[in-house]
Amino acid sequence: MTARHRPAVYAAGLTVRAGKTVLLGPTDFIAGTGDWINVIGPNGAGKSTLLRAIAGLTSHTGRLDVHGVCLATLDLRARSRLIGFVAQHPAMPAGMTVAQYVLLGRAPHIGPFGSESAHDLERLDGALDQLALASLAERRVDTLSGGERQRVSLARALAQEPAVLLLDEPTAALDVGHQQDVLELIDDLRRRLGLTVVSTMHDLTLAAQYGDHLVLLADGRIVAEGPPIQVLTGPQIQRYYGAHVDVIDHRGHPVVVPVRTPHTDPPERPGHLEPEGDRRATT
Amino acid sequence: MTDRAHPTRLPPLAITAGAAVTLAAVVIATAFGAVGISPGQAVAVLVDALPGIELQHDASPTVAAIITEVRLPRVLLAAAVGAVLATAGGAYQATFHNPLADPYLLGVASGAGLGVTFAISDTGSSLGATGPVITAAAFAGALVAVALAYSLGRAAGGRSGASLILAGVAVAALFAALQTLLLQRDDEAIRDVYAWLLGRFNTASWDELALLAPFAAVTLSVLVGSSRRLDVLALGDDEAQSLGVHPARLRLLVVVTATLATAAAVAVSGLIAFVGIVVPHAIRLRTGPSYRRILPLCVFGGATFLCLADLGARTLLAPAEIPIGVLTAIVGAPFFLLLLRTSRVAMS
Repeated sequence: MTARHRPAVYAAGLTVRAGKTVLLGPTDFIAGTGDWINVIGPNGAGKSTLLRAIAGLTSHTGRLDVHGVCLATLDLRARSRLIGFVAQHPAMPAGMTVAQYVLLGRAPHIGPFGSESAHDLERLDGALDQLALASLAERRVDTLSGGERQRVSLARALAQEPAVLLLDEPTAALDVGHQQDVLELIDDLRRRLGLTVVSTMHDLTLAAQYGDHLVLLADGRIVAEGPPIQVLTGPQIQRYYGAHVDVIDHRGHPVVVPVRTPHTDPPERPGHLEPEGDRRATT
Repeated sequence: MTDRAHPTRLPPLAITAGAAVTLAAVVIATAFGAVGISPGQAVAVLVDALPGIELQHDASPTVAAIITEVRLPRVLLAAAVGAVLATAGGAYQATFHNPLADPYLLGVASGAGLGVTFAISDTGSSLGATGPVITAAAFAGALVAVALAYSLGRAAGGRSGASLILAGVAVAALFAALQTLLLQRDDEAIRDVYAWLLGRFNTASWDELALLAPFAAVTLSVLVGSSRRLDVLALGDDEAQSLGVHPARLRLLVVVTATLATAAAVAVSGLIAFVGIVVPHAIRLRTGPSYRRILPLCVFGGATFLCLADLGARTLLAPAEIPIGVLTAIVGAPFFLLLLRTSRVAMS
């Protein structure tokens, strides 16, 4: 296996426990270099847990390698140079400017009592440029819109220069236009920078359009994975999400449409139920 | 090569200005006082006392001694204590993401209080209630209280600061109760204990300064040196960890350092309220939330504030002296309320 084809993320028997409860796994998971993998699944399936385990934010057992390096052998700072993580709702400290915020992404490259070098400031400018944030550099992060915040937190993660970018619900709290903007931006960055992206996603249609590969989690285990067209089938979504959907093929990408199934026995409105009405009247 | 100015770090000019203001406050606080010495004379004696400078002045040896052996050590001690309390307060606020955190948050005050009460009251009289013994008792009491609060808070679980703060409250209540118990059995000690606790620089000498200076130098360096990582911690524990900053370790380092500094300050000067809250917040209003700006300026701001507060304590009701802790609370409380009013947006 050449370095190029070595998986960016390789997990074997990855297990996360909280006390005696198993939250995740044991799970085997592979992300190839430059892939975009979307992790989907119903609420509580363990999507964020998987992401947090890879990010090193939750203790786990099992093997976890990034580009062939076993993460357990790395200290926290070395690990954070390989893996960037953007939380679902990143904290935006009141009064901090965009430039100050993005510069914090250089932390993995600076010793505990050290300070930024000229190179770190160059990387700051690079990250601001890549996300078209140069004009916002002096703006306060707590005054930004949802889409701008997402770009700013992505810029912070890029300043980190990671090989793998982990995104927890990158489109949460964005309208559909901004969801597409942010996802296009991520896709563009991934192609230009050769980043590997692992993201949790709520919206199945968007997950199918932007991910090369979907991983469906249910109850802490991977129950299906592969190209979107194979993972997002009506029966599978019905089974794991308990949802009624139509899956439409749109140019090779499945589009998941929630449908309201007509009830076989439509419940009648209380006013129409004579006995109910009688009972209510007597009590 | 980029010509971008560093977006966070303090410009050298700001540091120079801070140092100049602090120096001016020290000179002013030394020049004025209760005894009828003209400020000009005092400054002349000060300059003459600088190594390598001979300056003719008409001050008598007694006057010169008042300046160099009484006022100057007192002013410098006030400056050092102010720098420590303000910086430790700012560091605590960063560590616990809590604008109300002050250096006494984890029980330093109640621990020192119990230590002092023990040393002064009958219970501990076998130790001999001399100055150094009382100072040592205050220092030890403060460290015991914070160590207890920290271990209880960690045992209570959670990597966040909330359980530590609650443990600090519990320990403070326990130590205050023990102190009350000791005082109830020996009510003659009450006056001495309170005189000690209210904050005092009137007994200050070069000895106290020599005791505090090494603690202050080391701890201020560590706290200011940690400010970049404290900014990372402002993003929350998860994000900090994903950026290579270990939240629990950083918190431990900062709490231990700030506590050592505060305990040393309390041991030489008693309890001085509000410096640790008012100074960092006043600075924050000007600089924004980055601790890389707040903490270095806390060193200068705290030193300046307490120098001038002590000058007020010595001169406002001269020849009587206002306890410094009372003065800072009287000045600090309304100032703090004013700050809260004007900065409601910035705090939220």
